[in-house]
Amino acid sequence: MSDRKSSSLFDRQIVVGAIGDSLRKFDPRVQVRNPVMFVVEITALAVTVILVRNLIAGTREMAGFELQIALWLWFTVAFANFAEAMAEGRGKAQADNLRRTRTETQACVIRDGQEQRVPATSLRKGDVVMVRAGEVIPGDGEVIEGVAAVNEAAITGESAPVIRESGGDRSAVTGGTTVISDWIKVRISANPGETFLDRMIALVEGAERQKTPNEIALSILLSGLTIIFLLVCVSLFPFARYSGTLLSLPVLVALLVCLIPTTIGGLLSAIGIAGMDRLVRHNVLAMSGRAVEAAGDVDTLLLDKTGTITLGDRMASEFIPMPGVAIEELADAAQLASLADETPEGRSIVVLAKRQFNLRGRDLSQAQATFVPFSAQTRMSGVDLPGRIIRKGAGDQVAEFVRQNGGAIPPELDPAVERIARAGGTPLVVADQARVLGVIYLKDVIKDGIRERFARLHAMGLRTVMITGDNPLTAAAIARESGVNDFVAQATPETKLKIIREEQSQGKLVAMIGDGTNDAPALAQADVGIAMNAGTQAAREAGNMIDLDSNPTKIMEVVEIGKQLLITRGALTTFSIANDVAKYFAIIPAMFVVGYPELQALNIMHLATPQSAILSAVIFNALIIIALIPLALRGVQYRPLGAAAILSRNLLIYGVGGVIVPFIGIKIIDVLVTAAHLA
Amino acid sequence: MRSLFVAIRMTLVLTVLTGIIYPLAIAGAARLLFPWQSAGSLVMRGGRVAGSELIGQNFSAARYFHGRPSAAGDKGYDATSSSGSNLGPTNKVLIDTVRRRLRAVLETDPGSSPSRVPIDLVTASGSGLDPEISPAAAEMQVARVASARGLRQDVVERLVRENTRGRWLGVIGEPGVNVLMLNLALDDLAARN
Amino acid sequence: MLWNAIFQVGIFFALVTLLSVPVGLYMSRVFSGQKTFLDPVLCPIERAIYRLCGIRPATEMAWSEYAIAMLLFSAAGMLLLYGMERLQGVLPFNPQGLAGIAPDLAFNTAASFTTNTNWQAYAGETTVSYLTQMAGLAFHNFVSAAAGIAVAVAVIRGFVRRSARTIGNFWFDLVRATLWVLLPLCIVFALVLVWQGVPQNFDPYVHARTLEGAEQIIPQGPIASQEIIKELGTNGGGFFNANSAHPYENPTPLTNLIEMIAIFVISAGLTHTFGAMAGDRRQGWALFAAMTLLFVAGAGVSIWAEQRGNPQFSAMGLNQHATASQSGGNMEGKEVRFGIVDTALFATVTTDASCGAVNGMHDSFTPLGGFVPLLNMQIGEIIFGGVGSGLYGMLVMAVLAVFVAGLMVGRTPEYLGKKIEAREMKLAMFYVLIFPAVILLGAMAAVCVKAGLAGISNPGPHGFSQIFYAYTSAAANNGSALAGLSANSVFYNYTLAFAMLFGRFMMKIPALALAGSLGAKKSIPPSAGTFPTNGAVFVALLVGVILIVAALTFFPADALGPIVEHLALYSGKLY
Repeated sequence: MSDRKSSSLFDRQIVVGAIGDSLRKFDPRVQVRNPVMFVVEITALAVTVILVRNLIAGTREMAGFELQIALWLWFTVAFANFAEAMAEGRGKAQADNLRRTRTETQACVIRDGQEQRVPATSLRKGDVVMVRAGEVIPGDGEVIEGVAAVNEAAITGESAPVIRESGGDRSAVTGGTTVISDWIKVRISANPGETFLDRMIALVEGAERQKTPNEIALSILLSGLTIIFLLVCVSLFPFARYSGTLLSLPVLVALLVCLIPTTIGGLLSAIGIAGMDRLVRHNVLAMSGRAVEAAGDVDTLLLDKTGTITLGDRMASEFIPMPGVAIEELADAAQLASLADETPEGRSIVVLAKRQFNLRGRDLSQAQATFVPFSAQTRMSGVDLPGRIIRKGAGDQVAEFVRQNGGAIPPELDPAVERIARAGGTPLVVADQARVLGVIYLKDVIKDGIRERFARLHAMGLRTVMITGDNPLTAAAIARESGVNDFVAQATPETKLKIIREEQSQGKLVAMIGDGTNDAPALAQADVGIAMNAGTQAAREAGNMIDLDSNPTKIMEVVEIGKQLLITRGALTTFSIANDVAKYFAIIPAMFVVGYPELQALNIMHLATPQSAILSAVIFNALIIIALIPLALRGVQYRPLGAAAILSRNLLIYGVGGVIVPFIGIKIIDVLVTAAHLA
Repeated sequence: MRSLFVAIRMTLVLTVLTGIIYPLAIAGAARLLFPWQSAGSLVMRGGRVAGSELIGQNFSAARYFHGRPSAAGDKGYDATSSSGSNLGPTNKVLIDTVRRRLRAVLETDPGSSPSRVPIDLVTASGSGLDPEISPAAAEMQVARVASARGLRQDVVERLVRENTRGRWLGVIGEPGVNVLMLNLALDDLAARN
Repeated sequence: MLWNAIFQVGIFFALVTLLSVPVGLYMSRVFSGQKTFLDPVLCPIERAIYRLCGIRPATEMAWSEYAIAMLLFSAAGMLLLYGMERLQGVLPFNPQGLAGIAPDLAFNTAASFTTNTNWQAYAGETTVSYLTQMAGLAFHNFVSAAAGIAVAVAVIRGFVRRSARTIGNFWFDLVRATLWVLLPLCIVFALVLVWQGVPQNFDPYVHARTLEGAEQIIPQGPIASQEIIKELGTNGGGFFNANSAHPYENPTPLTNLIEMIAIFVISAGLTHTFGAMAGDRRQGWALFAAMTLLFVAGAGVSIWAEQRGNPQFSAMGLNQHATASQSGGNMEGKEVRFGIVDTALFATVTTDASCGAVNGMHDSFTPLGGFVPLLNMQIGEIIFGGVGSGLYGMLVMAVLAVFVAGLMVGRTPEYLGKKIEAREMKLAMFYVLIFPAVILLGAMAAVCVKAGLAGISNPGPHGFSQIFYAYTSAAANNGSALAGLSANSVFYNYTLAFAMLFGRFMMKIPALALAGSLGAKKSIPPSAGTFPTNGAVFVALLVGVILIVAALTFFPADALGPIVEHLALYSGKLY
């Protein structure tokens, strides 16, 4: 589903829709949710009323100025509305994509042993439906009977079908996906409108957005600042009167609106929606905004070794011949024994032999070869050729086999096996009847780039813990190679839960990713629990996020998105507050030009006239919201550096920059305003 | 309710401790260790108190060194109403007052120019009881005092030096001349002769 | 002369720094109940006090209980003082036979001393009996300071404790702050002051015959004992009207140095107490560093502005350059022994801390020189600040700074491992909001009514500064004044009293609630992703946030006061 990832920031259709929405958002009942912008709207209304009153009364000398102030105040509200509408519009586009998976389908529900056809929307939690090849699965649920190949492209974008079967870790199915072969019975696990997808749609559309804890705390700060500046402006009127200046309401309002944190106030909800949106672009569904925020706070990451740190399968990496055996002979025998072995390990042996010794796979159908598959009893596999019986398998079993054939075990075998185990690998001994040929080193292959990813995580201050069922020796070797901070070997499913509780008792936030049913308790306990879409229904219900791609490394992106969200908020708050300095220098001298002409010394921007100064500050204040919409939607660029380094960098850009930028901006606007004879 | 009684009892106990015992104990120790200072650094002349070394007095006669302008009380140097002028820097009254003082100083000690008049001689002190003037301010008045008393200038200058307090450890504070002690020294000199 | 200024400030601050460390570590031992060298003397007294008052010092209090105990104690003390003032005419230790104090002034003074403000709408030598001075006023000098230290210690506990329900016992902290911290320092330094000439007696006023034959009445009294606690407790209420400019309160440059050190030493020490109790001394040093930067900047500007003098004086031909034999500069309202440097420095120190003692008249400072004290107070008295209140004020600012900028590291902001969430923000914002609200609304009322405008003694923008300074000083619990303002009127006595009460208790309560809220939280161990609050970046951030918050709130009003007055002065305009 590539279109989900590539829509440009200002898609025409979204922009047009957003303009319409931003007009609707002038409704005070909507605005009151955002105290900062609500104040702006009220003041805009007040200035408009005064303007009209003055026009009627015939005092027109300031009408042009007042009209412009009023207009720009309305624009300020409109721009903030537009930012939110843009974020919602982009979210809606995402939601439509998601929703497309939910075309009106018929479901074949089994009630009282009878199959009935009903609309999918009428299904309730607990209903059992039958889905046959070619049909769309009508809702999220769990396979209770049958095996089927399911195409999940609708939600994952991956076109290769996956197997879904009852029991085990592959029993969960998602509404909107299609059964391609066979049939399954599915127990529906969510009422319509309550599925994961539904919740996600609501979140990205901003319809049911609840403020996250951090948003609430930030809103308190912004409201507090707004009250302070209200007091400042209200008290300024009598102070000015004492000083011989009678301030007009539009001028006071201009000061007020410039001072209260409109920039962040106008962009706050857009930032939040955009954060959810970014998550969806990474094919992750979150239950709540709170979960995304928590992701930024994560201290400890629990990672399964298999699939996350290592590729799921072991690969042959080295042939170790016994004394007196040529390495080519060993490779040849190993390859022969593996030709029919369709396991990834088997294939990797064939490939290694081919690569190292240019041994090509041979067609052995004429050579009267009989393949012996791996069985739990023998714990060996191999091939019988005329005059040769080649076996590969675990050390003990193959040694037994050699002894039965009257052979002796070379003393070099044990050390070789030991060395491989110690290095985190799996030794596979190869024998031909009575001769031990050597050992194949099956290696747990660390995923490409995993070291770098860990370095990145550690730089962010996260601690990574690898969970594996391997013995401590092997686990330690892999931990060393991958660069993970810590590991827990011989872990049982309960181990994860225990570790999470331990970390949490120290006040840390823990994230984990899981798929199996036995991961469910740990996923539920973790602060950020990401369930893989391919996992069980139990796991999906326990977590607070679902990764549609079922990619275990996705957790890292989730953490970065969480951090980016918080950084963007902080950066724009800082910027917004820092802006006030320049606005004071523009407005204060202009306000008191009559009573205290000496204050012109503070007009360090040399703004042309008092009116143009005030107007320029107000215009800047409005335009900066528009200018920052892309930043709010994309998020501040995140770099995995230490906290102090990130902070210094962002303080420099958004703090110091926030002080400087408006000086330049207001001056430019003043030049334009003056040139256009607007003031 | 219990807390209220605790609060009241605590108030009374600490009042006795910090409000009665502590100052009485300090007073007792002070009288023992530093009897003169604890009693106000009073200077006696002819069996009666002539003032305190630390509290400035009005001097207007030509034979005395003059202290700084004082805003304490109507006539200045009223020790029961210590105060500065509290005139703000842009107050016309302040500027006019300083201008008037400057004129007066130049009349009393002719032969000087405004730029040589030390600022402390034309500005009111913070307490209105400043016992000191700057050495420069004393220097300015030497000729007048010497001639009014018929003394050689170097004799007066020596007395000024003897009554000059330097900076503490040569660094802290500003040097000053104690006007009362200097004038007492002049009177004592006159009495001896 | 520049070098002399640098040496004087340098020596003063070096001494403060050197003393603050042992004092701070000592306090951390005192309030943790660890052994100290004074225990053999003080423990029996402490036990006696607990027995007399019926206190179980080991019983810990939740923040609300702590706040209630503090409020009840303050209320009891305020009532006692009010009664004493009204009745002083019939009480002992009144050799001058001074009459009872009028209700509005008595209320103002009771509020003033209870809140550690020591705003004085009266002249001590003509209004207040010896008994009221020592048992009424000096008692409050002790206990309002001790209560401040107690609250600061409780707030520290809240910041550093984990999953705790309680923040200490108010009575324990109060008694220990009085006995272990204030009294021993007072006893030592009071005697040093006496040695330098500060009187300590109960004699009637002395009648002297001056050399020119006039009569001079010289007030006496238990001055030294009150002088030192006035500084150590950052109270600032002088025995005399002229406060520390009076030669009896502050007779020599050495006493001046001691008094300035006394103003700073406990507040500076508390940063180290904080560091020690937090288990990371650098946390304390970070706050100390932020305070130092703000102090040095203020002292520098103030000294420079005062030394530069009044351009109107230069216009008369007066030379305001310093020489070896005179200080030069704007000497109006200043004493010769302190000159420009020690007076401007004292003004900075006394307003950095919420002391409010003055050794020169701030009303007569140049506009810029007087702007520094005003700005110091507007910042919220956190540059070392009032004993106790400075530290918890700074901690609230740290919470705010961490919240705004902490987000920029990509985590929910945390301070000392405690997450700053909605509840903490609510309390911190309440704390930050109440302060400008009291100042702006108070000053607004004063410029709107006749009774307010009637108090102004200097016309023009300086008159506005006088009013604005008064409410700032009251809300900040400083107590210094642009003293020309006639504040002893019913209007000012009541409005300023309420400004002081709000500025004290409406800020102490949210500070304690914040401590309670943080104390109940788990603490997250720091990682590379945590924003370190013990380094240079944090110090810079903290200073920036403090300046911007104060500047943004008060800039318009400042522009109409000291800023425009400065510009007017240099354009030759007088009022």
